[in-house]
Amino acid sequence: MGELQLNQSLINKARNAAEKIAEQVDAFIMPRSTVTIERTALRLMGIDGVNDEEIPYVNVLVDQLKENNMLQDGAVSWVCKAMITYGMTPQEVAEAANIDKINWEACRSLPNDETEQLGFQLAEAGLLKIKEQQQKRNQMLEKFGAGKKPYLYVIVATGNIYEDIVQAKAAVRQGADIIAVIRTTAQSLLDYVPYGATIEGFGGTYATQENFTIMRNALDNVGEEVKRYIRLCNYSSGLCMPEIAAMGALERLDVMLNDALYGILFRDINMQRTLIDQAFSRMIISYAGIMINTGEDNYLTTADAVEAAHTVLASQFINEQLAFKSGLPVNLMGLGHAFEINPDLEDGLLLEIAQAQMIRQIFPEAPLKYMPPTKYMTGNIFKGHIQDALFNLVGMLTNQGIQLLGMMTEAMHTPFMQDRQLSIENAKYIMNNSRHLSEEISFKSGGKVEKRANEVLEKATTTLEEIEEMGLFTAIEHGIFADMKRPFDGGKGLEGVFLKNEHYFNPFDELLKRDLGLGVERNE
Amino acid sequence: MSSIDFTHIKPYGDTFGDGAVQLSFTLPVPYGEEAKEAARLLAIKMGLDEVQIYHMKDLGEHYTFFILYGKVAHSIDYTKITVAKIETTRLDYYQINEKIKKEIKRKIVVVGACTGTDAHTVGIDAIMNMKGYNGEYGLERYPMIDAYNLGAQVKNEDLLAKAIEVEADAILVSQVVTQKGIHLTNLTELVELIEGSGLRKNMILICGGPRINHELSLELGYDAGFGSGTVARDVASYIVEEMINRNRN
Repeated sequence: MGELQLNQSLINKARNAAEKIAEQVDAFIMPRSTVTIERTALRLMGIDGVNDEEIPYVNVLVDQLKENNMLQDGAVSWVCKAMITYGMTPQEVAEAANIDKINWEACRSLPNDETEQLGFQLAEAGLLKIKEQQQKRNQMLEKFGAGKKPYLYVIVATGNIYEDIVQAKAAVRQGADIIAVIRTTAQSLLDYVPYGATIEGFGGTYATQENFTIMRNALDNVGEEVKRYIRLCNYSSGLCMPEIAAMGALERLDVMLNDALYGILFRDINMQRTLIDQAFSRMIISYAGIMINTGEDNYLTTADAVEAAHTVLASQFINEQLAFKSGLPVNLMGLGHAFEINPDLEDGLLLEIAQAQMIRQIFPEAPLKYMPPTKYMTGNIFKGHIQDALFNLVGMLTNQGIQLLGMMTEAMHTPFMQDRQLSIENAKYIMNNSRHLSEEISFKSGGKVEKRANEVLEKATTTLEEIEEMGLFTAIEHGIFADMKRPFDGGKGLEGVFLKNEHYFNPFDELLKRDLGLGVERNE
Repeated sequence: MSSIDFTHIKPYGDTFGDGAVQLSFTLPVPYGEEAKEAARLLAIKMGLDEVQIYHMKDLGEHYTFFILYGKVAHSIDYTKITVAKIETTRLDYYQINEKIKKEIKRKIVVVGACTGTDAHTVGIDAIMNMKGYNGEYGLERYPMIDAYNLGAQVKNEDLLAKAIEVEADAILVSQVVTQKGIHLTNLTELVELIEGSGLRKNMILICGGPRINHELSLELGYDAGFGSGTVARDVASYIVEEMINRNRN
């Protein structure tokens, strides 16, 4: 396969800078936790359900502990103490706390080693459920095979999980490999996860554990029929990033959008909060064998795709290093990028190829998530279909892992039944016709494509070295990504961040770090 | 082809007056001859003659997609059409700043936001942010305009509060998500809020978005509405002219 001659010493420099940046961030994260991380631990202990006011029991517990100034010890620690004191299951503790029947002070005197022993037992059991789902995925992949790349990724977004199923199954029969259920507008800003099956949403469907179960079963069933393993995708992002990661892990989701930078820039979520949340969520994701998708493609929807191409690459380097810190293997890093260059630009295709091929070579084992044109899609569906075709060709030419299929009605409405079919037909036509094209291509040495790739690489390296100098937090404050400035103490969710005290106990954190080979041993 | 009868206008395919239209849709019925007939009958009900179904595709799960052509029986009297339009003269960046300096003699204040649960800032950013869109500077760049872009998911109450705080001359509201008419609810709520506050006549109220047009905006109680393809100077030209007109009256 033809490769661009990229400046390897720049790649090394960029990666080193990104590693340092990730270390700085990691040092900030380590002593901290958040309300949603605590709720995640409680969920993995088996606490589920909502009270009469539809507030999840995990929120009830964590809010109560926070009010009593006890959360710094870790929620698991207190729930274990209450379990022993009252002889209750975790769920019973939650329900009792909801009607103020837990006297937390009365639980205080219990020795820590006793509660921790119980905590580890519960954590082992919780993580086992995730392991079992991973094993089940592996069995099914063995049975049906992993499928040809790029995987064809389409979205459903009706707001009604049962209607989503019909559209998803139809898409699978047409050839889709990954089904993403788009979330309802603004779920990312809820500091709780809604409960149960839902039939209403705006521009998408609520991510709830029950909805995950329902869609998982539907895709398993249709997958059996078409003899393919169908991957399910949802969003481990927003204010409940780790909780949704845990639900995804328990319900065998295969792909999850997971990118703190995206939340900071595009949802105005506080940077401290979401970077702490991301580190924990990525450990769960790593443990569950779920592939992440990062959101760098979005930078190009606000910033110019030609001018800001290097910010995409810089962010990918950072995301790669932050993912390593959470134990995520490279083959699960679906780093995002997009085909967003203005279609009126002469030789725009060359620049698209340069970017896609460069990223392919810099992250050779990462699956890469390639996003279709959105910014320059218009109501002209005929032209839009061709823009998507060009995008599919570049995806094939540069061996992308996941092709998020463009819809000709992008910028108009959520896809119609036929939009998805036409789009899959477009992709299959082009991919089948150009299946081995990349093996036949070599790039002209010193040509336009190679030059462009090295230019972007050089700018990305400079940017990373600047970020290393000032730190990621300050860089975001300066608006280095997507032309967006976000303050360190601004945005949503900062009130949910706290410093752990010396007694802080979270057995999931400890077990995950042990199993993923993170923590002390790693730094020997 | 000597004279077109503008009182009876029909689509044009390849012969004048043929009324030819292309159409595609999906029916929730299984693929087959019955499906095809259903599509044909539906097209006839839509007012098409000589319906030809050129493509049909099994979408699975008992859905079928059609591409069809027909000749439309109806016609439109083009001479009777009136459409509400913004009649402002379109000025450029320099002319707008100059006009504000000369005729309004102070900076004008514009507050904008994407309101409700809508998280799509693409539109409001294109109009307001320094950088603008497609080579057209945004309002923030205009020396004679104080522009405040509050971003996405702003509550109507907060937008109004900000407008009062900075004594805004104009409020811009962007709405991209239109599913289930949520933009209409949202836009109406803002108008009611502003009217309730007694400040309606002091402010120029403008909405924008890909599914917004001037006529709809007037219906909703706005002063103007801008659709896709709008750039900052379209909006600025309108605000300046409207302010000058209001001062005159």
